Amino acid sequence: MALKLIVFLPLIAALIAGLGGRWIGKTAAKAVTTGALFVGAALSWPIFFQYIAGTAQPTVVPVLDWIHSGNLTVDWALRLDALTAVMLVVVTSVSSLVHLYSWGYMEEDPGQPRFFAYLSLFSFAMLMLVTADSLVQMFFGWEGVGLASYLLIGFWYHKPSANAAALKAFVVNRVGDFGFSLGIFGTFLVFGTVSIPAILAAAPHMAGSTIGFAGMTVDTMTLLCLLLFVGAMGKSAQLGLHTWLPDAMEGPTPVSALIHAATMVTAGVFMVCRLSPMFETSATAMHVVTYVGAATCIFAATVGCAQNDIKRVIAYSTCSQLGYMFFAAGVGAYGAAMFHLFTHAFFKALLFLAAGSVIHAMHHEQDMRYYGGLRKQIPITFWVMVIGTLAITGVGLGPIGFAGFWSKDAILEHSWAAGSVPGTIAFWLGAFAALLTSFYSWRLIFLTFYGAPRWAASEHIQHALHHDADPEAEASHGKAKKHATGTGGYHPHESPWTILAPIVLLAVGAVLAGQIWHPIFVDAERGPTFWRGAVAFSEHLAHAAHGSPLWVKLTPTIVMLIGLGIAYNNYIRNPDAAGAFVRTFPGVHRFVLNKWYFDELYDVLFIRPALWFGRLFWKGGDEGTIDRFGPHGAAYAVGLGNKVTARLQSGYLYSYALVMLLGLIGAASWALWWAK
Amino acid sequence: MIGLAHYLTVAAILFTIGVLGIFLNRRNVILMLMAIELILLAVNINLVAFSAYLGDLTGQVLAMFVLTVAAAEAAIGLAILVIFFRRRGSIAVDDVNRMHG
Repeated sequence: MALKLIVFLPLIAALIAGLGGRWIGKTAAKAVTTGALFVGAALSWPIFFQYIAGTAQPTVVPVLDWIHSGNLTVDWALRLDALTAVMLVVVTSVSSLVHLYSWGYMEEDPGQPRFFAYLSLFSFAMLMLVTADSLVQMFFGWEGVGLASYLLIGFWYHKPSANAAALKAFVVNRVGDFGFSLGIFGTFLVFGTVSIPAILAAAPHMAGSTIGFAGMTVDTMTLLCLLLFVGAMGKSAQLGLHTWLPDAMEGPTPVSALIHAATMVTAGVFMVCRLSPMFETSATAMHVVTYVGAATCIFAATVGCAQNDIKRVIAYSTCSQLGYMFFAAGVGAYGAAMFHLFTHAFFKALLFLAAGSVIHAMHHEQDMRYYGGLRKQIPITFWVMVIGTLAITGVGLGPIGFAGFWSKDAILEHSWAAGSVPGTIAFWLGAFAALLTSFYSWRLIFLTFYGAPRWAASEHIQHALHHDADPEAEASHGKAKKHATGTGGYHPHESPWTILAPIVLLAVGAVLAGQIWHPIFVDAERGPTFWRGAVAFSEHLAHAAHGSPLWVKLTPTIVMLIGLGIAYNNYIRNPDAAGAFVRTFPGVHRFVLNKWYFDELYDVLFIRPALWFGRLFWKGGDEGTIDRFGPHGAAYAVGLGNKVTARLQSGYLYSYALVMLLGLIGAASWALWWAK
Repeated sequence: MIGLAHYLTVAAILFTIGVLGIFLNRRNVILMLMAIELILLAVNINLVAFSAYLGDLTGQVLAMFVLTVAAAEAAIGLAILVIFFRRRGSIAVDDVNRMHG
């Protein structure tokens, strides 16, 4: 019952706010949706604690019949086990805090009931996804979150860039979803069912069998896992299908925090963990997952180092952290992957919401080049952001550490302990990415909060100042014009409590989540009693990770310090160093700044050929052939015939008589010679 | 000896002259009426010639009918022409072009 409430309250709230928002008013709409999510969070945490205590058994709550067709049976049912419990806590907690945050952040927006309805709709779809008992139901949630993501990225629909980003997210996700749906079809073909427990039970027996696909004979389980993994890559923005995630930052910041950092993008990781017994049957698929995760991890980290938009830095950071989760899953450390998902949800949502608070204070300016010196103006935001950065960079020593310290170290130790070639490669790439993570995270802090203010050059700030009618501001603005950089007479203001309260709560999570719960997620003794088969937890690997050498355990901390040192040197001690680097290696900087030219590559590879084909079929096929010989051709022929016959109808008696005579002669000739 | 073929030839020539008179005449509607008379007369010659050739009087009776009808037709045609001239002030064939929809 509690589970049904958790899942369906957001749906009801979304319907009320979305359809009835006009009648009940924006305050009621906001209260209903936020209330539903807080109730959900309040119900989710006890469930999570029951699983930690080991008193809860995995259960399935049937809801409704859905599809009965031949031997295909799909019913709505909510599955609850340790994995779901973790996701429930993550989704409801972050979602409820984001709802609360949006009260302050979206204060002046005219479309608030719509916004809150979308947020709640998203939460419902995400909860359906994580409680899915069958692949089809998971796909329902999968598409639901995609829809909500599309709606929310394009929430400011008057911005062409937001619409373009929403479409891009939707289209790129279609590629992944195509793989996912093929995976579901294949799974049904092989196992005759889409029920997840039945598939997982049957999967080991299918290991090593082969199946025909696209004219080749391939390993059944490898094929199925890779098809499903393509879906995960799309949703979780892995290398190749990642291009939509940075553009998705066009949406409002609470959306970025909820959907594009904490919950939806982790759905791919969740799916791999949920189907972990299936992935375990194919070494090839596991290697692919590891390589893709590690490649994404390092790729996104390099790009994050050169971005200037505060939200894009965090977006690439998200992409990179998702890479960590995937290669953890790829080496078989599902506990570590879920652990990082769990802690990441807290500190990444925290970073996004704090960035939103900075953007709010800076009048919608998002370019870090126009920040600087904000430490004194918005101290609470500054401190929570530092906590988030300490968490993501993995600060900690021995038995005490921030959330990221525990989860990232666990991932690196596990990938080292896996002992395989992909695991070792992933370890080194992950370690290097950790260095870059530390660099770009501290770069963000230093550029935003330290140094001299550089606000005056910002168009948004100028805009804000010109809107202030009072002459004092105008006067100080005039003075500031003499210095190109400076405050410009602008006074950033700390955000209201509805914005600060969720951030502070998340900051608590970012500090404590790893410290408190790391044993249950990754410990060799406590892990199995927590997971109880919800993921393919390997005690052997957990033991090996625990016993990895000291230098492996110290690596994340060392690279973190190196990254911090470089960032400190480049942006505090010697602010010219960054510019000097760019001047020395302009090629490297351009390559990274332009995101490895992925968008340009796709433009040449896919978009232009698609447009070319489109134009070919439009101009040549449709207009040139179908229209020309179809409707247009027929109309032209009728017109031509008209002209000829109209000329025959001259109105002169003698021409009519001539035609009559010719007709008579024709008829007579026919009667005489041919009709015999 | 003048045989059937001679009669038929004369009738055919008359008929052709009548038909050409209708098509090629651009000047006067009265000429057109006369051309119609010519055609009817050509038919009459045929009828009478065949009647004499076959020794059957029916053809000559029919010729009398045709003459009567031709007289009536000429009377009606001329009456229409008078009315037409009153309205249009002309009986030139090129001016008679109101017969399209």
